[in-house]
Amino acid sequence: MPRIHIDHREYDVRPGRNLLETCLSLGFDLPYFCWHPALGSVGACRQCAVKAFANAEDTNGKLVMACMESVADGQRISIRDPQAVEFRENVIGWLMTNHPHDCAVCDEGGSCHLQDMTVMTGHAYRKFRFNKRTYRNQYLGPFLNHEMNRCIQCYRCVRFYKDYAGGHDLDAFASANRVYFGRSDDGVLENEFSGNLAEVCPTGVFTDKTLKQHYTRKWDLTSAPSVCVHCSVGCNTLAGERYGSLRLISNRYNGSVNGYFLCDRGRFGYEFVNVSSRIREPRIPVNTQGESWEEHVHKATEVFRGTRIVGIGSPRASLEANFVLSRIAGRGNFYHGVSSSEFELSKTASQILAKGTVPSLSLKDVEKCDVVVIWGEDVTNTAPMLALAVRQALRNRPMEKSIAANIPPWNDAATRERVQQERGPLVIGSYGTTRLDEVASMTFRASPGALSRVGCAVANQLDDAAPLAGTLDEEEQAVANEIVRVLRSARRPVIISGVSSGSMEVLQSAANMAEAVRRHNADTGLVLTFPACNSLGLALMEGRPFAELLHEEQDRRGTLIILENDLYRHADPRTVQKIVALFDHVIVIDHTWHETARNAQLVLPAGTFAESEGTFVNNEGRAQRYFQVYEPVNGIRESWRWLLTLGNALGVSQKGPWNSHDEIVRALAASADVFEPVMRVAPSANYRIYGQRIPRQPHRYSGRTAMSANRSVSEGKPPEDRDAPLSYTMEGTRLPPPSVAIPFFWWPGWNSVQSVAKYQDEVGGPLRGGDPGIRLLEPTSKAPLYFSVSAQKPPEVIVVPLHHIFGSEELSVLAPAIAERCPKPYLAAGPMTFGMHTADHGAVMRLEIHGRMLTLPVVVDPAMPKGVAGLPVGLPGMEYFELPASASVIMQLQNAE
Amino acid sequence: MEKPLTQHIRADGKPLSLNEYERVGGYSALRKVLSGMTPGDVLNVVKDSNLRGRGGAGFPTGLKWSFVPQDGPRPRYLICNADEMEPGTFKDRLLLECTPHQLIEGMIIAAFAIGADVSYVFLRWAYREAARIINVAIHEAQEAGYLGRNILGSGYDLAMHLHTGAGRYICGEETALLNSLEGKRAIPRAKPPFPQVSGLFGKPTIVNNVETLCCIPPIITHGAEWFRKLSLTSDAGTKIYGVSGKVKKPGAWELPMGVSLRELIEEYAGGMLDGHKFRGALPGGASTDFLVELDVKMDYSSVAAAGSRLGTGTVVVLDDRTCPVGFVRNLEQFFAQESCGFCTPCREGIPWIRNILTAMENGEGMPGDIDLLERHARGLGPGHTFCAFAPGAMEPLQSALRFFRDDFIRHIEEHTCPWREHPVNDHNSRGFVVPHLQTNYHAADTH
Amino acid sequence: MLTREEILEIDRAISAVPYRKAACIEALKVVQTHRGWISDESLRTVAGYLEMSVDDLDSVATFYNLIFRKPVGRHVILLCDSISCWVMGYEQLRERLRDHLGIDYGETTADGRYTLLPNPCLGTCDCAPALMIDNDLYRKVTPEMLESILSKYL
Ligand SMILES: Cc1cc2nc3c(=O)[nH]c(=O)nc-3n(C[C@H](O)[C@H](O)[C@H](O)COP(=O)(O)O)c2cc1C
Ligand code: SF4
Ligand code: FES
Repeated sequence: MPRIHIDHREYDVRPGRNLLETCLSLGFDLPYFCWHPALGSVGACRQCAVKAFANAEDTNGKLVMACMESVADGQRISIRDPQAVEFRENVIGWLMTNHPHDCAVCDEGGSCHLQDMTVMTGHAYRKFRFNKRTYRNQYLGPFLNHEMNRCIQCYRCVRFYKDYAGGHDLDAFASANRVYFGRSDDGVLENEFSGNLAEVCPTGVFTDKTLKQHYTRKWDLTSAPSVCVHCSVGCNTLAGERYGSLRLISNRYNGSVNGYFLCDRGRFGYEFVNVSSRIREPRIPVNTQGESWEEHVHKATEVFRGTRIVGIGSPRASLEANFVLSRIAGRGNFYHGVSSSEFELSKTASQILAKGTVPSLSLKDVEKCDVVVIWGEDVTNTAPMLALAVRQALRNRPMEKSIAANIPPWNDAATRERVQQERGPLVIGSYGTTRLDEVASMTFRASPGALSRVGCAVANQLDDAAPLAGTLDEEEQAVANEIVRVLRSARRPVIISGVSSGSMEVLQSAANMAEAVRRHNADTGLVLTFPACNSLGLALMEGRPFAELLHEEQDRRGTLIILENDLYRHADPRTVQKIVALFDHVIVIDHTWHETARNAQLVLPAGTFAESEGTFVNNEGRAQRYFQVYEPVNGIRESWRWLLTLGNALGVSQKGPWNSHDEIVRALAASADVFEPVMRVAPSANYRIYGQRIPRQPHRYSGRTAMSANRSVSEGKPPEDRDAPLSYTMEGTRLPPPSVAIPFFWWPGWNSVQSVAKYQDEVGGPLRGGDPGIRLLEPTSKAPLYFSVSAQKPPEVIVVPLHHIFGSEELSVLAPAIAERCPKPYLAAGPMTFGMHTADHGAVMRLEIHGRMLTLPVVVDPAMPKGVAGLPVGLPGMEYFELPASASVIMQLQNAE
Repeated sequence: MEKPLTQHIRADGKPLSLNEYERVGGYSALRKVLSGMTPGDVLNVVKDSNLRGRGGAGFPTGLKWSFVPQDGPRPRYLICNADEMEPGTFKDRLLLECTPHQLIEGMIIAAFAIGADVSYVFLRWAYREAARIINVAIHEAQEAGYLGRNILGSGYDLAMHLHTGAGRYICGEETALLNSLEGKRAIPRAKPPFPQVSGLFGKPTIVNNVETLCCIPPIITHGAEWFRKLSLTSDAGTKIYGVSGKVKKPGAWELPMGVSLRELIEEYAGGMLDGHKFRGALPGGASTDFLVELDVKMDYSSVAAAGSRLGTGTVVVLDDRTCPVGFVRNLEQFFAQESCGFCTPCREGIPWIRNILTAMENGEGMPGDIDLLERHARGLGPGHTFCAFAPGAMEPLQSALRFFRDDFIRHIEEHTCPWREHPVNDHNSRGFVVPHLQTNYHAADTH
Repeated sequence: MLTREEILEIDRAISAVPYRKAACIEALKVVQTHRGWISDESLRTVAGYLEMSVDDLDSVATFYNLIFRKPVGRHVILLCDSISCWVMGYEQLRERLRDHLGIDYGETTADGRYTLLPNPCLGTCDCAPALMIDNDLYRKVTPEMLESILSKYL
C-alpha cells in the first residue's frame, strides 16, 4: 500500500488510482470538473491542481493535475499550497469569463457543481470586463434543454454520450474558445442514456426538460430513495416531489446496480404519476355513507362478504402487496397476473438462477466481464442499463494491452488512444437488428428454433452432458464454433438472455450454454432479464397464471381482486373478458385507468411507487426497497393498505392483524425461505439515528409555512410516516442515513450530485455500509442444470416479440416525453420473409395470428432472416398476442410508396 | 563553411531531382545503412552526433528514438513534422521545397533505426508547392527502390505517405498531430504515455521535424564527430537560421550552430532598415521570450542562459518604430485564435490577454491590467496547461512585460497607442465565427 | 452523391490509413476541392461513405479552419495576419482589400468572386507581407500590387 504525504501528513492509500480520486476518498475537498468517477481522467479543465514535491527537501515543487497523476509510494503533495490555491481560483476565473452568471434563472442553481467549485476555490470577484461569446441553443428532443452559454467546456458530455454510452449524435464542434457541444444540427438526441447528461454536466447546459415543466429547486424537493419501476434491472433512483406532484427522478448511486447512471425510460418515465389518467378516488358502485374512504369501501364490499375470493397479482406490484393479496385469496386462489407463457418463462428463469450452478451477475459484475454472449434479447430495449454495462465490458479485453503499456485505466484518453477501435468479443444471437449490433464481434440472426439449436450445440461442444436440440446446418455450425471459441478464450464470460424473447427454447438453450461454460470457467456468469420490475419477485411466489382460471369449474363464482394489473396486456381480449365474466364482483386496485379497471365494479386508487413503499426483486435476484416520497391525497392508498382494508371488509382473516408495512414484511419473510432476507433489506419504521428520523426534506426547504396558505394560514401538522424511518419534513438527523435510506445526496460544500463521493467508502466504490439490496437467489447446485430442448418444426412464418425502450413498457409510455419517442405500431419483417417484392418498407399487410386479424404497415429489417417477422410488444393501441406465434394468412393491402 | 543541409540547393530555388541528388551523393547514406548497419548502429551514431530536435524543443534525437520499445506492437510509425506554422518561421519550407530527397532519405534511415513500417509526412495545407514537390519525390524514391518492399534488397520495407493538413497551428504539436493524422480533432494528448510507446493508432511512433531528419544522411555519411564539430558550441551541427522584420535583407541561412544574434542580424540580415533601431527579437519564433541583447550565441544552452529558447532559430525583430504592445497583441491574437480549446487556462486565458492588449492598443487600458497580464503569464506556465502551446504563448508576453514595461504603462496612462493611428480592427470582438466559416453555432454578436 | 473522381481520390486516402474514418480530413478536402465548400449535404455523403456519424464528421470538420462549412467565393484569399507580416504592414493590405472589394474577413463579394480570410503565418516571413489566393502564394505584397494580382482571378 503506497504511503503518501498530503500537506505534511501521511496517508496509506490504494495503489493504482490517481491523486484526485485518492484525495476525494480521503475526504479532502479538491475541486474538479472534467474528471468523473465513471469516465476517468482527461486533464482538460485543470481545476484539480495540487503542488507536487520531488522529495522532502524540495520546497518549490511544481503544479500537477491531481487527476492525471498516479499515486506513488513516498509521494509528497500539497493541496493548501498558496500557488495551487491561486491557480485553482484562476481556473474558475477563466471558466467564468464566458459564463452568464444566470444562476437565478438556471435550473441547475442550488445543485450546481460549478457553483460549489466556485465557492470552494474562493473565487468571488469578476475581473473580466470584456464581451462574452454567445451561442445559439439547440432543440434536443423532449428530454433535455440546451443552454450552451453556460458551458465550461469540460468535455464530460461528449465523453459520456459518445465514448461511454456509444451515442452518435452529440459532439464537440469548432475550436478554441468557440468550442460548442451539441448536435451537428437541431434534433432529438437518439441515445437511450441521454438523460444522464443532466447529471454529468457540471453546470446548466443540459437540464431535465420534464423538470422544467414543473420546476422545483433541489432544496424544495421532498425526496425519498426509490427503485425504478420501468424494467427488471431495478435501478436505484431518487424521487422528488413538491405540491403533491412528482417532479424529478435522478440517479441514486448503487455501486452494484446502476452506478452513476439511469436510462431515459427510467429517468423520464415518472410522469405517469402525474397524468390525468390517474385513478384518484375510489369508484364505488353503490351509494354508501362513511366518514372516510375506508368506511365507504367497507360498506360497499359488505355484499361481497363470504364469497370465494380470487386474487390476481402483478409483476409490477411490490412483494408486499402481492403477498397480502395471496393471503386474502388463500391457498390455490392466488394467480399471477401474467400470460401463461410469461409465467412459464419467468418460473423457469427463476429456477435457473436458484437451482443452476451459474450465479446471476449484477451490472457491476457485468462491467468486469471480458466476453459477452447475448441470446435472444435486445437488451437496450428490454433492460437498457444492462446494455450500458455490456458496452463497458467490451473494453476489458483490449484494455489489457494498454495496462501492459503502463497506462492506468483511469487515464481515459490515453487508454482509448492505445486501444483505438478494438473491442472484446460480443456475440449477439437475435431475431433481428439490435442496438448493440454495432459493437458486436458477431451477430447471428435467427428464428427461436435456430437460436436454441445453436445454443444447445455450443453447450454440447463444451460439455458432452449437455443435450443437443437437432442438427445444425453449415452456417449454424460455424456460429456455434465461433461462440465456443470466444467462450473458451474468456477470463470472465457472461451469458445474457431472458424472458423477453418469449421463447422457452431460447431461454433454456442460453442456460445450457452458461452451465456448460461454467464447467470450464468458475468465473462464468449469467444475466436473465424479466419483463417487469418485480417479475422475479412474483415468480418466486406460489400461484398459477391467471389464464388457468378458464379451466376451473365454471360455477364457483365469487369476488376477483385484480392488483395493479391491466389483464389486457397479458392475454387476448376474449380470454380476459371470459375470465372476468366468471366472477360476480371484480375489484381493481391500481393507480392508472385501463381497460381492466374501467370494466370493474369497484376500483380503488393505488399509490404509485412514489406514494407507497415496498420491495421489488430485480432480475439479478436482488430485493430492493423503495420508500414513499409523499403521502397521497384523496382516496389514494398504498395497494397493500387497500388490501388490508378489503381483507377486513370481506371478513377474511389473515394471519394478521397486520397494520403496518413492517408487519407485512415480517410475515412475508416468514412465509418462505427465499423471502427471509427481505426482513433485512431496510431498517424498520422504528429505526432512529440518535432518536431522530431521516428527513425527506433538506434543511434548506423553503416556504413550508406558506405553501398551504391559500387554504389555511395555520400550518398543519405534517403527516407522520408509520411505515418508514423517514420524516416528511426537514426535521431529523443531519447524519448520513444507512445506504438504503438516503433520500438525497447533499454534503456541506457539495450541493450537486457530485456529493455522492461523500457517501461512498471510496470514490466509485460501494456506498458506506454496503450497496443497498440483498440477493435472494444464489445457485445451490453442484451439478449442471441442463434442459432438453425439443426441436420443433418451424412454421412458415414465425412472428416474434420486439421491444421498445420507449413504448413497450406500460407505465413510462404514459409520460408525455416518453410517448413522444414511442413508435407507431408496425410489423417488422426481413426482406425475404414475405417475398422480396411484397414486403417493402411502408407496405400495409394484413395477417392472422392465433386466429385474429391484424393490419399493420411493414418496416423492413434487413437483418431479419427468412421466415421471421416481428411485432412490437405493448405499444399503445396494440392488442396482446402471445408471441412467438405462427402467422398464417397474409395479404397485402397497399403497396409501399 | 560546411552546409550539409543546403549546400546542393539550386540557385533558382527549384527542387533537386532524384538524379541531381544522387549525383551529389544522395542516398549513399541509406545504402551505407542498409548494407551492414543494424538499427542499433544507426541509433548509436545519431546519439553520438548530439543531434537535438530542430522542431523547437531541442530534445536529443537519438535519445528519443531509443524510447521505442523493441518488443512493442506493430506497425510502428515514423512521422515527419512539416506543419511549420510557428509565426516567424520559414526554415522547413526551404528544405521541403529545395531538397526533398534529403528529407526522404533521412526519414528512411530514421524509420529503419526505429523499425518503422509506415511513415508519413505531415505537411501544412498552405505549403502547396512543397506538397507537389514531396509527392513527386516520394514517387521518384519509390520508383528507384528506396521506398516500398525490400528496399535496396535489404529486406527492409517502408511505406511513405504525404498527408496535407487542413489548417490549425496546434497540428504541429506532436500529439495533436497524431490525432489529426487519425482523422480526429487535433487535440493534444496527455504524456505519458509518450508517442514512442503509444502513438499513431496506438502504436509506437516517432515524430521528428523536417530539419532534424535532413541532418540524418550527412551524420551517417560523415560520422558523429564530424557533425559535432560543425558547431561553434557544445550543441552539434549546423542550423538554419532566419531573420524577418525591419532588417535590410531578411532571409534564411544555414550556419554553424552557435553564431551570435548580432552576426545574424547585422551581417547576414544586413542590419536594421535605415531609420529603425533594434529593440529586441524573438530568437526562435512566436513562442520564445524576447532577447534584447545582441551578443547571445544562438544555440540551445546559450539562448536558454540568456532567458529565452532557441526554438526554431528563426528570429523576428522588433524595431523602435513598431509598438511592442501591438507586437505582443498580434502574437496573442494568433495564440487565442489557434488554441485547440481543450484546456481551460489556454482556451479562456489567452483570449482574455488578447482582449486586454487590444484594449491597451485602443486606449482603453486600465490600471491593474498589467497585474492581470502578469497573473496570466504565471498562470499559463509550463505544466499548468495540457500542452506546451500556452506556456509558449506566455514567453513573448512575460518577457515583453519585463523589457518593455514602460511602453505598456504609457498605453494605459496616455489612453492611446503612441504608434498607432487607427484602432485595432479586431474581428474577434465582433463575434467569433466570422473569420472561420465553420459553424452556425454562434449567436451573431457578443454581449 | 460522390463523383467517380471524388471516390477515387478518397479511396486513395483510405488506402494510406488503417481504417476508413481515419481518412476523413482528406476526404473532406477532396470534396472541398471539387465543390468549394462542405455543405450539409456533402457532409452527410462523406460521413456515409466513411461509415461514421454526421456529428462525428462535423466535429472534425469544424475544428479545422481550412475546411469551409459555409459557402465561399470562387477564389479564397488567405491573408497572413501573423507577426512578421504585421510588422511589415499587412493591415494596409486588409484595408485596401476592404476598400477595393468591399469585404472584410469572413465575407464574400456580392458577385461570388472572392472570399477574404485571415490565415496564420504562411511561412514566408522573410518576404512579408504575404497572401495566398487559391493555391498561389504572393510575397512582398504592397497595396499597389493588389489590383493586378486580383485581376488574375475571375
Ligand atoms: C504548439 C506547438 C506547435 C508545434 N509546431 C511544430 C511544428 O510546426 N513543426 C515541428 O517540427 N515541431 C513543432 N512542435 C514541436 C513538436 O511537438 C515536436 O516536439 C517536434 O516535432 C519534434 O521533432 P524534433 O524532435 O525533431 O524537434 C510544436 C510544438 C508545440 C507545443
Ligand atoms: S428502465 Fe430499467 S434500466 Fe432504465 S432506469 Fe429503470 S430499471 Fe434502470
Ligand atoms: S479534473 Fe483534473 S484536470 Fe479536470
